[in-house]
Amino acid sequence: MTWVLDNLDLILALSVEHLRQSIIPIVLGLVLSLPLGWVAWRYQLVRGPIIVLTGLLYTIPSLALLILLPASLGYSATSPPNLIIALTIYAVAILVRSVADGLDSVDPAVRQSATAVGFGGARRFWTVDIPLAGPVILAGLRVTAVSTISLATVGILIGVENLGYLFTNGLQRRIIAEVFAGILAVVLIALVIDLLLVLLGRMMMPWTRATAATTTRRVIMPMRSAA
Amino acid sequence: MNLFTDALAWLFSPERLDGPYALPILLGQHLYYTIVSVLIAAAIAVPAGWIIGHTGRGREIAVAISGAARAIPSFGLMILLVLLLGVLRVPEAAIITFVILAIPSLLAGAYTGLEAIDRRTIDAARAVGMTGWQVFWRVELPLGLPLLVGGIRAALLQVIATVTIAAYVNLGGLGWPIIQGIPLQRFDQVLGGAILVALLALIADLLMALAQHAAVPTGIRVQQTRRVGGRARATASATA
Repeated sequence: MTWVLDNLDLILALSVEHLRQSIIPIVLGLVLSLPLGWVAWRYQLVRGPIIVLTGLLYTIPSLALLILLPASLGYSATSPPNLIIALTIYAVAILVRSVADGLDSVDPAVRQSATAVGFGGARRFWTVDIPLAGPVILAGLRVTAVSTISLATVGILIGVENLGYLFTNGLQRRIIAEVFAGILAVVLIALVIDLLLVLLGRMMMPWTRATAATTTRRVIMPMRSAA
Repeated sequence: MNLFTDALAWLFSPERLDGPYALPILLGQHLYYTIVSVLIAAAIAVPAGWIIGHTGRGREIAVAISGAARAIPSFGLMILLVLLLGVLRVPEAAIITFVILAIPSLLAGAYTGLEAIDRRTIDAARAVGMTGWQVFWRVELPLGLPLLVGGIRAALLQVIATVTIAAYVNLGGLGWPIIQGIPLQRFDQVLGGAILVALLALIADLLMALAQHAAVPTGIRVQQTRRVGGRARATASATA
């Protein structure tokens, strides 16, 4: 306990860095997945290849991906961008599927009604399709956020410092409190971000509270948080 | 692609078959820890998941467990357990970590498998006079099998990935060339190890995908293709 009190500055600095390294992939993953998920949903022919390819990337264990990506694309393995790119790929793998599934869940009759009252393609997508697909996308985003935050700790193995530093340093110095503080900080950050996403969802989609039961059912389906 | 030729040269060098860190030994360790952990986790989680699915009770607890487990960094948990149990009990600490990690996927696979079954099917089974056990063994278990195998698939891949990281606490396995090579700047060995780990995960995923496909009862498979075909037609007409 004294270790934690003496090192609050370090824990705080690492938490801020950790948050930065996880939020970029979460946001970037969502931004990339919206068009990609739409393409997968709209053109059934490319849906299979997109889902299979992102699924295969998701299958590759994080430590291997953190080595294979820089080796194939020619950038430095021991820098924060490497971790951010790998985490973005995992995020895209989960979210492309959520976006496509979310668009599937939109009632075709509603979409036709929107077209009938004169909504064009882009306007219909942003004001009808995306809000109605929202609950499923949000469920995927919550899974992505929590697993990204917990997975980012692996970065320390390739020399990228974040809360994972407390694990390796704690093992070397045999300080149980340090490792425990690291785990606690990661779990807290994950829970806070998850809560913020739920609140954001309620603000943006006030009608979902009535149908909350159907969305929680979907949340538990994508299970794996690749270690 | 000089890096990759170096890595392949490292992989296929005859020295890789010698000594305590020979590749077949590392692969054996990796598989051993993965299989033992998933089996222990399955022995705990699958019956528990079936009870939840069969009785419909305790679902909230299962959802809470799977949600909370996702937030725990497995690397940190493993190091914490190594420190708590002592450096001499690294394998036990690692296996406990892998078991904790595998339980949520297996639990979810077991109970969602039963939960996804049409209630009318269960009612029909009871109506023809099946007892609770018969309903479970002859209706719920076969119908829930594909989702259970899906859960095993997720758990297996998660454990394979975490065993890789466990090389950091000297557990061996295919992560060892990577973890040991990074500080030494031996990139041929680091990349060689990464290629092996990725291949192992992809092969395991492929085998489990085949198992998942095989687990679908024949009668259901016919029904499903018909339903999917119907849905595809519905969406096609909607977007046209």
